[in-house]
Amino acid sequence: MNLTLHVWRQKDVATPGQMVRYDAPNVSEHMSFLEMLDVVNEGLILKGDEPIAFEHDCREGICGSCGFMINGIAHGGFKNTTVCQLHMRHFEDGDEVFIEPWRATAFPVMKDLIVDRSAFDRIIASGGYVSVSTGSAPDGNALPIRKQDSDLAMDAAACIGCGACVASCPNAAAALFTGAKISHLAHLPQGQPERKERSLRMVRQMNAELFGNCTNIGECEATCPKGIPIEVIASMNGDFLAASWQERPPVEIAGAG
Amino acid sequence: MNLNARIPSGPIEQRWDKARFDLKLVNPANKRKYNVIVVGSGLAGGSAAATLGELGYNVKCFCFQDSPRRAHSIAAQGGINAAKNYQNDGDSVYRLFYDTVKGGDFRARESNVYRLAQVSVSIIDQCVAQGVPFAREYGGLLANRSFGGAQVSRTFYARGQTGQQLLLGAYQALERQIDAGKVKMLPRTEMLDLIVIDGKARGIVARNLVTGRIDVHMADAVVLATGGYGNVFYLSTNAKGSNTTAIWRAYKRGAAFGNPCYTQIHPTCIPQSGDYQSKLTLMSESLRNDGRIWVPLKQGDTRTAAQIPESERDYYLERMYPSFGNLSPRDIASRAAKRVCDEGRGVGPGGLGVYLDFSDAIRRLGQKTIAERYGNLFEIYERITGEDPYTLPMRIYPAVHYTMGGLWVDYHLMSTVPGLFVLGEANFSDHGANRLGASALMQGLSDGYFVIPYTLGNYLASEKFAKVDETHPEAVAALAQTQSMTKQLLAIKGKRTVSSFHRELGKLMWDFCGMARNAKGLEQAADKIAGLREEFWKNVNVSGEAGDLNQNLESAGRVADFLELGELMCHDARVREESCGGHFREEYQTSDGEAQRNDDSFSHVAAWEYQGPNQKPVRHQEELQFEYVKPVQRSYK
Amino acid sequence: MASAALDSKLHRTLRFYEATNGKKTVMALTGAALWGFVIIHLLGNLQVFLGPDKLDKYGEALRATGALLWVARGGLLLCVVLHITAALQLMALKAKARPQPYVKKVATTSTYASRTMYWSGPVILGFIIFHLMHFTWGVPGIHPDFVDGAVHANLVKGLSQPLAAVLYLTAMSMLLFHLYHGIWSMFQTMGLSHPRYTPLVKKAAAGIAIALAGGNIAIVVSVLLGIVK
Repeated sequence: MNLTLHVWRQKDVATPGQMVRYDAPNVSEHMSFLEMLDVVNEGLILKGDEPIAFEHDCREGICGSCGFMINGIAHGGFKNTTVCQLHMRHFEDGDEVFIEPWRATAFPVMKDLIVDRSAFDRIIASGGYVSVSTGSAPDGNALPIRKQDSDLAMDAAACIGCGACVASCPNAAAALFTGAKISHLAHLPQGQPERKERSLRMVRQMNAELFGNCTNIGECEATCPKGIPIEVIASMNGDFLAASWQERPPVEIAGAG
Repeated sequence: MNLNARIPSGPIEQRWDKARFDLKLVNPANKRKYNVIVVGSGLAGGSAAATLGELGYNVKCFCFQDSPRRAHSIAAQGGINAAKNYQNDGDSVYRLFYDTVKGGDFRARESNVYRLAQVSVSIIDQCVAQGVPFAREYGGLLANRSFGGAQVSRTFYARGQTGQQLLLGAYQALERQIDAGKVKMLPRTEMLDLIVIDGKARGIVARNLVTGRIDVHMADAVVLATGGYGNVFYLSTNAKGSNTTAIWRAYKRGAAFGNPCYTQIHPTCIPQSGDYQSKLTLMSESLRNDGRIWVPLKQGDTRTAAQIPESERDYYLERMYPSFGNLSPRDIASRAAKRVCDEGRGVGPGGLGVYLDFSDAIRRLGQKTIAERYGNLFEIYERITGEDPYTLPMRIYPAVHYTMGGLWVDYHLMSTVPGLFVLGEANFSDHGANRLGASALMQGLSDGYFVIPYTLGNYLASEKFAKVDETHPEAVAALAQTQSMTKQLLAIKGKRTVSSFHRELGKLMWDFCGMARNAKGLEQAADKIAGLREEFWKNVNVSGEAGDLNQNLESAGRVADFLELGELMCHDARVREESCGGHFREEYQTSDGEAQRNDDSFSHVAAWEYQGPNQKPVRHQEELQFEYVKPVQRSYK
Repeated sequence: MASAALDSKLHRTLRFYEATNGKKTVMALTGAALWGFVIIHLLGNLQVFLGPDKLDKYGEALRATGALLWVARGGLLLCVVLHITAALQLMALKAKARPQPYVKKVATTSTYASRTMYWSGPVILGFIIFHLMHFTWGVPGIHPDFVDGAVHANLVKGLSQPLAAVLYLTAMSMLLFHLYHGIWSMFQTMGLSHPRYTPLVKKAAAGIAIALAGGNIAIVVSVLLGIVK
């Protein structure tokens, strides 16, 4: 099949970009979307042009590197599918395909389709962990965990950090991402000691990164390649409320004695 | 070259304890005075950087991805082994040790493997405490499954995403140290050279992949945890970015390369569908529990699977290995698939595929049960191929999956360059000539959480470090050399793309240094690779600029290294005149086509020493002692 | 340290409000209060079907509460102000969070109601002001023949104006959407979500929103059809 691509090209973070039209001839239906771009890029290189920069790594839908908007939908809009797993058989000869990077202030475009998602790392760094240094762990079976809780923790932990939730949210909110980590750890006994502080710190960091605000619209859930439900956002909201209610003023610590 | 493995003396059960007691300690107040560089942020690098940060060292951690959470460890599906014996089915540290040495076809170092089995137990505890959501039983305790033909259930798992969950655990621990200011993370930064001063590793040269700036980073020790080099085959189950550059350039600075020819081929991957193919996708081995593998009896049979009657099908694994059948070990199943396809009986486009058929299992157990067991795998298969495995048999073919070879390290995980430590898949590893399923995650985390924190401290406490900085002549020279290589790559402006060279190299490697190898083919391939390399440096076309985010340039540097490594792999495979584990030499097989080891001549690790550009490297040997597990012929008949 | 610190000089309440979650909570709680008002307001108004005396007496009784009425009015006004302030601040954040729009963007599963909160809100605000001028203050020119205390007659005359009736009907359909998303969303914001109950909450929210808007619409239609005179 032959396709016409409209791709966002941008030199670097400081230079404005624009959509550029490319022809993608002889696309096989067995190709993945990224393989189709690979072929377009080979052609560009041989012509002396710069290839289209896009992020990718594992190409099996788990590393979370890839992702961009295809025809206005994050990852192209096929259930539980990242762009690396999206195959060209879903397109038809003559289709016009619009390809754009994730757009959010917190995700500046670095080149073409590549955005900087380090804001996600900083959100995790502000409490998305259990403070347990190596060597101090009790036996793995010391603490039984209800299977259902463990399964729910796993559902939330499946997040690959691709950023599609932010991209598809009309408010550019990172609530699904942040909620997924808060919910993952909130379902486990290991996550309890830091649960309150975690929700306060992670939400505040999410705000500091200038992500927008969740309006419970659900576009994130619909385009999440791991099918993470917005229930995790409610979980984050609940924890934040409870933690805010109970937050105590800092106490002056008296001298050692 | 000194290949002293520094193995502690005494009974194997006590060696690690003894070593830990003998290792020197760094005073807690002094730890912050030491700077450590960790390259790679996967299971090994991430866990090492986090743990070293917790201990108080000043750590700089590098990864080429945009975030440490993307390292390729994330793609491991099956699980992680540990000798917990929670199932009361007879597992023990000793049994895991025994299975690993035997599974590695008696080409691993016993002491390292024993330590790995010992430490495996603590890994699970650590990960559970971090909040890794391992699968659980209804009683709330951890679930296990048997994996990769093991006779005990010792594999812990988190659905089909064990690697992801373990990596996120390490990543979160790492982020905690980043927040605490103990680890400085440099993502999108690629190591391009090792700086050796007075015989010690003292820093690296690295390129900022966004600005293109190449900088020197100095330290008191360097830890490489940069993964495997399976992408030398172009098509593999590795991530597109996985590369050999860090360890290859360390090799060129004096670190010996151990057993480069040991590669693992995974039998159940989705076959290639065309020339544009960029990578291969693994389908979990667990599919072989219920699927039956077959090809048509007749050569060049073009009928669909449904049209071929039962009497004209060859269930070759069941026929050749009646006792293990479809569950035969990875190397055996892979070679059998290659054999039937070479006979012209392969199925699908290009004849490179065999059927993995669930119709019997569906008839016996019902579609619902099969969907419960394999639903998500069937979904992945359908997403990629567009075929429904409930009605059509799956097509599978082997693909390169893991490399057991890597930089040679001693018991302390230190390479032949003092101060250069190598962890995880990047080292020549505890897996010998063949890795068992669910053991890669175990090794990465063992190295990072529980071994390097001790052995690195010992090194730092035992050595005196002269003050050196970026202005040291060795650092300046390494920087200049890296910059000039970048310039050179961009200046060639030839007629072929980087990936066309990579594809050609991959095909040579797959054809001659893949599942089955022979002397003539290996020699030919080595020559052809040398020729291809020469052409690369004359005719490659690298687009863009040096001072920019330039993926084409990144890839060019990596392919340049693969073009050198490939040749070394062929040499290593040529010299190892035996078949063992993942290395199968056609000349050395039993009368019924099984691998034939030669313990008299090859019970050793081959460690290659670099001699300069286009010079033949020198092969050294570390003899392997088998005091506990006596070598026997593996048999799965 | 890379991340936001826990301690801050800000007062606890402001610190809470500073977070997007704090603003959302304020919107949920004030939304709940206003929703309560909509219910009571409708229940009061439905007395229009019981004859002219009933409604006039109800109006009288309300006014007789004196100070209490002003407290309620003050409370409602405060809710409206807080609801709108938080909405405006979040709207400003939305603009800041994605200054460059997509060339092409398609909505997938989100509801019309959820996507239009930011303008169904202002429409309702505009309507409330009109409604107050129409029936509470009886601004000449807005209401044709306003008589203080004659609640029933004012209502019938006011709604007999075709233009006003159309305005009421439009505003009520906007209120329906705003309430539907607002009511179930309130639960989500307060941290209450469950795969079993949330679908029920959504259905209930739809039912309640339809009932409330429908009740008000019934009054308008009844006046237009001459059922209520």
